[in-house]
Amino acid sequence: MRRDVFQAIADPTRRDIIGLIAKSPMTPNAVAESFDVSRQAISKHIQILLECGLLTINPQGRERYYTVQPKKLAEVADWIEPFRKMWEDRFDRLDNIINILKNENHGNQK
Amino acid sequence: MATKNETKIIVEQGKQELFIIREFDAPREIVFRAFSEEDLLVQWAAGPNEMTVHYEKFQPYAGGSYRFINTIPANGMEFAFHGVCHEHTAPERIIQTFEFEGLPEKGHVILETSRFEELPDGKTRLTVQSVFQSVADRDGMVQSGMERGVVDSYARLDELLEKVVV
Repeated sequence: MRRDVFQAIADPTRRDIIGLIAKSPMTPNAVAESFDVSRQAISKHIQILLECGLLTINPQGRERYYTVQPKKLAEVADWIEPFRKMWEDRFDRLDNIINILKNENHGNQK
Repeated sequence: MATKNETKIIVEQGKQELFIIREFDAPREIVFRAFSEEDLLVQWAAGPNEMTVHYEKFQPYAGGSYRFINTIPANGMEFAFHGVCHEHTAPERIIQTFEFEGLPEKGHVILETSRFEELPDGKTRLTVQSVFQSVADRDGMVQSGMERGVVDSYARLDELLEKVVV
């Protein structure tokens, strides 16, 4: 199944998990204890967040801590990107036309 | 070929305008031509998603007007746009109005100025300034490339980013 950041944050529990761990890194136990849902459910949410790169695991001694990767969120936060991409595609096509026109010009000068 | 020229979009928060900036590896006479001839425009100016474009009317001179239609061949959907040409001054400036006919209500018109600036080494910088009637109109235009679900996703992301210090 395809995982992306938007899918990861579509679920309210996952958004709460990110909000919580963003305050300070947490162990799997501490995360599970903070929520009123089953340990398995939390573990599944964490798995998805790990797969999307929104969380990473940092071992410290015998414990593992989850840390939020805010850069991953910021990467897709740019709401202008689809609009920019549309213009980029358009201008790429324009480049091709301009190259043809340039070559025609050179031809005429000869 | 050299590295691709970057397409820059400037959308400042709370403003009624946006800028589209792009350089081209050709003199502005040539770039301007690609904006001035119907048979050239239809080859590049179509919208996203495999659309095609055709002009029903194209009068690139002061007082002239235009109307073009974007079509999605796969399902036959059409999106029409029209406007009035205020100025078409080769090879430096085009000023025109622009309105999307598919909006729920009429009257949301954009004033669009395209400037073609000569750069060293036979290059050209194009700067398109679009001035909208409201910030909401502008933001709606920027988001028009997105599907409904994507807009919701971005709203959630913004909310989350407020909690998470980047």
